[in-house]
Amino acid sequence: MEKILLNRVHLKNSRSIDVYLAHDGYKGLKKALGMTPQQVVDEVKLSNLRGRGGAGFPAAMKWGFAAADPKQPKYLLCNADEGEPGTCKDRQIMEGDPHELIEGMVIAGYAFGAEHSYIYLRAEYPKVVSILETAIAEAEARGYLGANILGSDFSFSIRVHRGAGAYICGEETALIESLEGKRGQSRIKPPFPVNVGVFGLPTVVNNVETLANVPHILLKGGAWFAGIGSPKCPGTRIISLAGHVNKPGYYELPMGITFREVIYEYGGGIRGGRKLKAFIPGGASASCLVPEHLDVQMDYDAVAAAGSMLGSSAMTVMDDTTCMVKVAARLMRFFVHESCGKCTPCREGTEWLLKLLDRIEGGEGKLGDIDMLRELCGLISGKTFCPLGEGALGPVQGTVKYFEDEYRAHIEQKCCPLKERHVRQ
Amino acid sequence: MAPAVFAAETLNKIEEIMARYPTRRAAILPVLYLAQEEFGCVDDRALMAASKVLGVSKADVYGVATYYSMFETKPFGRNVIHLCDNLACSLLGAESLQDHLERKLEIQMGQTTTDGRFTLKNAECLGACAQAPVMLVNDDFYEGLTDAKIDEILAKYE
Repeated sequence: MEKILLNRVHLKNSRSIDVYLAHDGYKGLKKALGMTPQQVVDEVKLSNLRGRGGAGFPAAMKWGFAAADPKQPKYLLCNADEGEPGTCKDRQIMEGDPHELIEGMVIAGYAFGAEHSYIYLRAEYPKVVSILETAIAEAEARGYLGANILGSDFSFSIRVHRGAGAYICGEETALIESLEGKRGQSRIKPPFPVNVGVFGLPTVVNNVETLANVPHILLKGGAWFAGIGSPKCPGTRIISLAGHVNKPGYYELPMGITFREVIYEYGGGIRGGRKLKAFIPGGASASCLVPEHLDVQMDYDAVAAAGSMLGSSAMTVMDDTTCMVKVAARLMRFFVHESCGKCTPCREGTEWLLKLLDRIEGGEGKLGDIDMLRELCGLISGKTFCPLGEGALGPVQGTVKYFEDEYRAHIEQKCCPLKERHVRQ
Repeated sequence: MAPAVFAAETLNKIEEIMARYPTRRAAILPVLYLAQEEFGCVDDRALMAASKVLGVSKADVYGVATYYSMFETKPFGRNVIHLCDNLACSLLGAESLQDHLERKLEIQMGQTTTDGRFTLKNAECLGACAQAPVMLVNDDFYEGLTDAKIDEILAKYE
């Protein structure tokens, strides 16, 4: 299958505008400027492009809502706060083909009538700041960005805004708060950002990978895109594959591919010929799945039906030496650290969950602890401002569901039953 | 003690940054990065200086600065090591790398060496999980770490 998003990253000087222009660069934008904004929205609607940040919301629908709001000016925010543990897909686009993102942003801005945009970039990618700023300057110098783009009356600016190390800012309303210069805490919805977003104005927040698809859709048509991969969720996905596989890496594959293909064909199977124990299909917030799910297709709906979520399509693979209680505890430590503290169920609940998990992992758990984990999950689920609290339950719910015996063994044996087989390096 | 104001050159840079946003306050993160660079950390003087240029109360600036993990209110080492120990790195040995770093630098996670050469911090996922285990030293990124590789890397930083 031909790559779409990463089809240029292997080229020499792939970041430069000349290489980009020599390989279909900015052709989608030229085509878009010859269409009405509504026609551009319709083309993307036809493609059925769904958001690649994790929620899978139809991109064209978001643009349509913002376009319909009479308030001016409107903003486009590119969510490049790629913080979901296990995820490193957007980085491949920004480091390897920054103009693909820029072109997608200009087209998106034209489609729903935004004049200004920001790329909210995670702090942990310091080198990407200058890569993006260099590409922006190149695009401005050639007339693909700035005032009166390619002689049209459409003007559009892009600024890079570096975050400061808060996972929650990947949530769109927290990102907006952060961009406004505040603590990045989620806002209650509604109102939705498409109506009341950054600086109180209509705002579309799109993920890097979502926007990078846009030039290709304009160039080759929505119908072409809709025919790739899974019908309900077309296109490709950049899968970040990590953990105990022979060939970890980034793989752009059509939606609808099975986990078995990803782990065994592309990932080369489990390291050291060991057995697969579990895998996380979509970042730290996604509940783990087990070998019986290997034939599940990677699309939002199929993974949801299997009881997890595709999220950011970051797969972490674990072999049979892995202690699942430890995995849950490690991920919970992350959520405790990243909870913004605004709402009680998340702030207190994640702390409690971590205490229980640490206690069990350390061999001091009590038999009622497993039930208490379940009860706590129920007290947090559906009761938090934003998806962080819900996401924090993923690691607990999956491991308790599939590895309850392992939890029980920790409690009964008062230590980790896998300790001797534990791989530390 | 140096006065709680930015150098003229920094002020120019700040004005340039502020022109990118419709409100002065939106420039708070870039201003805090500059403040940290100029004052060594986001201490009281840095907060005062930032508060003045932003037109935001010092308490408010403090609230923002302490919310984000990239800002330090106390002085730190000349080089900052961010060792990732999230799941993917942890599965591939981040814990033993932490032990190695702590032994080698004779400090615990979160501390600074007595000569001020290194501060050791853990990172919650550096977004390079396919090359795990990884770390960041200042703005430089290192992947596929082993104890030996770490020794080589550290030697590069004064």
